[in-house]
Amino acid sequence: MTDYNFAYLDEQTKRMIRRAILKGLAIPGYQVPFASREMPMPYGWGTGGVQVSAAVMTAGDVFKVIDQGADDTTNAVSIRRFFERTAGVETTEATGDATVIQTRHRIPEEPLTDDQILVYQVPIPEPLRFLEPSEVETRKMHALEEYGLMHVKLYEDISAHGAIATSYAYPVEVEGRYVMDPSPIPKFDNPKLSMAAIQLFGAGREQRIYALPPYTRVVSLDFDDYPFEASKAEHACALCGATDSYLDELIVDDAGTRMFMCSDTDYCRSRRAAGHVGAQGTPFKEDAA
Amino acid sequence: MDHASLSGGFTDPPQQSAVAFRGIMQAMARPGSICEVAGAVAPAPLSVAAGTALLTLCDPDTGVHLAGAWDTKGVRDWITFQTGAPLVAAEAADFVVGGWGDIDLSVLQTGTPEYPDRSATVIVEMSELRAEGATLTGPGIKERAVLNLPDLAVFQRNAALFPLGLDFMFTCGAQMAALPRSTKVI
Repeated sequence: MTDYNFAYLDEQTKRMIRRAILKGLAIPGYQVPFASREMPMPYGWGTGGVQVSAAVMTAGDVFKVIDQGADDTTNAVSIRRFFERTAGVETTEATGDATVIQTRHRIPEEPLTDDQILVYQVPIPEPLRFLEPSEVETRKMHALEEYGLMHVKLYEDISAHGAIATSYAYPVEVEGRYVMDPSPIPKFDNPKLSMAAIQLFGAGREQRIYALPPYTRVVSLDFDDYPFEASKAEHACALCGATDSYLDELIVDDAGTRMFMCSDTDYCRSRRAAGHVGAQGTPFKEDAA
Repeated sequence: MDHASLSGGFTDPPQQSAVAFRGIMQAMARPGSICEVAGAVAPAPLSVAAGTALLTLCDPDTGVHLAGAWDTKGVRDWITFQTGAPLVAAEAADFVVGGWGDIDLSVLQTGTPEYPDRSATVIVEMSELRAEGATLTGPGIKERAVLNLPDLAVFQRNAALFPLGLDFMFTCGAQMAALPRSTKVI
């Protein structure tokens, strides 16, 4: 078939990752250490997500990769090609057709179903890391369920900015126990973290795997008088007119003219294919470049 | 060493272990759901699902403990040849296999507060798996699930230890259901 073992990794590595995934699912939100391997791509390009995807993938899977919602960026294209070559799996850009979706920094707009798996690429898995640099200390804080520092951080946001200014990688509490970093997804996506699909998080450089089983209770941290708010730009997508999707902001000329468009390219494309046209959009043509 | 231990393994390990793991992961992610886990044929009394799980998850890095009637020469040789996993005392085991009555749960590793993942996974061989009996709630379960657990109080105590505790896999033939420590049992 190819010069590689199925899905690139050797079998002993996959067994080690699979054991970490099972313990992660049994202890939702807890970061399981694993012996991350060097991958044929640099750290920061999704080596954790790639290793988790390789460990869960079967030959019958349909694989999708998104990078900040987009299927067509360098990171997404190269990881998709990597698994086409090393696992021979079918790939897709359609969220509904995929069985395994690897994502960098977004949750697809289309709700996922219980036969799908969402794999996150995680840069810094430790939500307390920027508050406490020592791993020994943060591990103890998790063991003691000592999360006061995180609430102080959110409080300082309010005292400095008048609101909780954290807009991505917004910390969550899982099943009333572990505080978890949902990876740098926009906080707009936080309410989607309780979903029907299995969610697996892989941090390659930091050597951690964690997981959320389906329907796990995930609560964004907040205060009674400053409740959590899933915010997005107050615009409609310029291409498809969607008002319910997370938007990217683009500067389109030297005068600073702005344009907002869906960050989820598959969602935008399928809406335009269904006949929705935004303020600056043109009617959808299948072959349009 | 007799020749029985040389047969019954995966014929295509990368593909078969991937499919088997998906079954195991579905079982662990959705407590109470009964999933198919097959591919290996282990010597009796080891079931297809238990044997396949051992082949999928165990290697020289994981200590395996065989309890009671499962601690036979045939099973020991098969695990040693097929996985290379060391056979260890229950206190040091990462994976424990046996019938419900054979396993002394009190001596198994339940993890530490800093590393709750350093805990044993218990594969309990059952005579049948049915969606009736104890009611389960918790992560992985939409509202509630039901499963014929061999006991109630034991699993309630285990869940009370969370985030420490044991994770259980129940096997019968080529079927598996799981009960991680996060599941509350009523």
